[in-house]
Amino acid sequence: MTRAFVSADMASVALGADAVAAALAARGCEVVRTGSRGLFAIEPLVEIEADGERIGYGPVGPDDVAAILDGTHANRLGDVAALPFFAKQQRFTFARCGVIDPLSLADYEAHGGWAGLRAARAMSPQAVVTAVKDSGLRGRGGAGFPTGIKWQTVLDAAGDEKFIVCNADEGDSGTFADRMLMEGDPYCLIEGMAIAGHAVGADHGYIYIRSEYPFAIDVVERAIERSAGIVAPFTLEVRVGAGAYVCGEETALLDSIEGKRGQVRAKPPLPAHAGLFGKPTVINNVLSLAAVPFILSEGAEAYAAVGFGRSRGTMPIQIAGNVRNGGLYEVGFGITLGELVNEIGGGTATGRPVRAVQVGGPLGAYFPPSMFDMPFDYETFAAANGLIGHAGITIFDDTVDMAHMARFAMEFCAIESCGKCTPCRIGSVRGVETLDKLIAARNGRPHEPLKVVPGLAKALYSRAPGREQTGVGAQSDLLRDLCDTMKYSSLCALGGFTPYPVLSALEHFPEDFGGEPQPLADAAE
Amino acid sequence: MSEALTTDGTLTGDEVAAIESAILRHRDERGALLPLLHAVQHAIGYIPDAAVPMIADALNITRADVHGVITFYHDYRRAPAGRHVVKLCRSEACQARGGAAIEAAAAERLGVAMGETRADGRVTLEPVYCLGLCATGPNAMVDGRPVSRLDAVALDRIAAQVAA
Repeated sequence: MTRAFVSADMASVALGADAVAAALAARGCEVVRTGSRGLFAIEPLVEIEADGERIGYGPVGPDDVAAILDGTHANRLGDVAALPFFAKQQRFTFARCGVIDPLSLADYEAHGGWAGLRAARAMSPQAVVTAVKDSGLRGRGGAGFPTGIKWQTVLDAAGDEKFIVCNADEGDSGTFADRMLMEGDPYCLIEGMAIAGHAVGADHGYIYIRSEYPFAIDVVERAIERSAGIVAPFTLEVRVGAGAYVCGEETALLDSIEGKRGQVRAKPPLPAHAGLFGKPTVINNVLSLAAVPFILSEGAEAYAAVGFGRSRGTMPIQIAGNVRNGGLYEVGFGITLGELVNEIGGGTATGRPVRAVQVGGPLGAYFPPSMFDMPFDYETFAAANGLIGHAGITIFDDTVDMAHMARFAMEFCAIESCGKCTPCRIGSVRGVETLDKLIAARNGRPHEPLKVVPGLAKALYSRAPGREQTGVGAQSDLLRDLCDTMKYSSLCALGGFTPYPVLSALEHFPEDFGGEPQPLADAAE
Repeated sequence: MSEALTTDGTLTGDEVAAIESAILRHRDERGALLPLLHAVQHAIGYIPDAAVPMIADALNITRADVHGVITFYHDYRRAPAGRHVVKLCRSEACQARGGAAIEAAAAERLGVAMGETRADGRVTLEPVYCLGLCATGPNAMVDGRPVSRLDAVALDRIAAQVAA
């Protein structure tokens, strides 16, 4: 019987993979549903096994099945792993994703699964923590905090009970690596959490998955059930989010698991000291935990051997938005933004020039092509007033209105603010209003001046003369001032980082805000 | 379900049974409130106001605590949705691929404004902030089924599904 591999990843299904799988099954094929390889331009992708090799065809639809099976289909790709998009990757974390049946324990074992957990269990907890420290692994959720140091704090914390929490609340637009890993290789995450449990002395773990990821919830729940005997005495459960972006912030996530509103906690105490239910807690992103099995099985040196500066190891970068070859590209840190956008991504899907890329999700900065020589690295992006965040890159063509994108950043912050701190809750609303005035002024339609009683106007504006001005310049100044307040006085990254997309848009694309275009010399700086 | 909706806020026998069953299943979990609310919404389609005191009582928390959680999270509904639910992504990656135009077209094609339920109760159109399908937008979730690369043809299909 012919074996055919078709992805059951949510993105593949959204492109019609289920119909293709059904058509293959109707022709008598044994269909194996895998995760996605990560290149969506070739999805739905079918791989036919012949003589121990897999020959790919994609993109294909259900009507193409006959031509696929007799090998004559025009979209024949050959060995998918040999395509340029995949050949240059360094797949440490995503080695199995798209290759194996995600829920097959035999497949996982045959592809090196559980080797990291076995190695860890032969070591003392301190030795495991030291290995993670030596690997240089930094939190992949965005903040880039050294994972080993976090684990050390929890290992050293006294507590009758400790927890491992996986942050799978991947809410950033332009990111989907957590989702792909959970759907395509869930045992890898489970193994990483079991290693973390051994390392810090925790018996139970929670995986908090956002409700927008129903496929991932289903796969992970089934994977937990099937692997329970292997990771025992460590136990795991899934908690499903409820549509609040701010729950991706670690302390809000902990409150959410505890059954409360997902409001941000003031730190200290750190979750490592008093986290979930007040107990010492390791809280890590999916990708951080999923990187751990490799570190334990292949050695910390093997992981640390790739990377750039203080950013060691690989990053599963997600190329998204208006891009021809969008998808997941895992590679060592140090690759330039330009290589990712132009060479690997192949430019825009519309074929128009790239005008801006947003790196790091809704809280990340917008960069123009003149800054594409930046290497992908935590420190480089921080120095350029941006962040790599969860490593999503969203590409925009030259039809984008950057003032509109800046407004959207403020609007999103207003919708998703947890409401606990004033700069975020009120600053975001004022930000939308200010940008509305700015856009109106830019469009030559002056915003109606505020109608206030004469005495009140004096009270409102006496300390800030000129703020009743609704011109482009005055509103831009006001916006910068507001962003300054939000950046330095918000409780968490939602209010604190919303200024990144706003200010970077204002800085690099002033012409969209009614200003003069940025001089080329400055732009190339 | 929707015909069981009572205007005076009282619950039908089936609804009471569904809430009690959700309480029994989850009351002894740590941090039970979110899983419990998910279970109620899954069974009834929304979380009736009359469920709030039942849940508060079972978990030994205040009604304000329960109300606070229900209103904090975007997912929880305090009124039934339309028979079909179309969630359309409004995030940056979908915007970069023409999301705004699709949003306008969807509202027109389905005859309902974003964030609202059509008067005949057939369809609810809601925003969603990222489905994680960011290289193939604009994206939607139609009755729980993901759809990528939304265009006029796809919208026609969705409209037909809603009308059926």
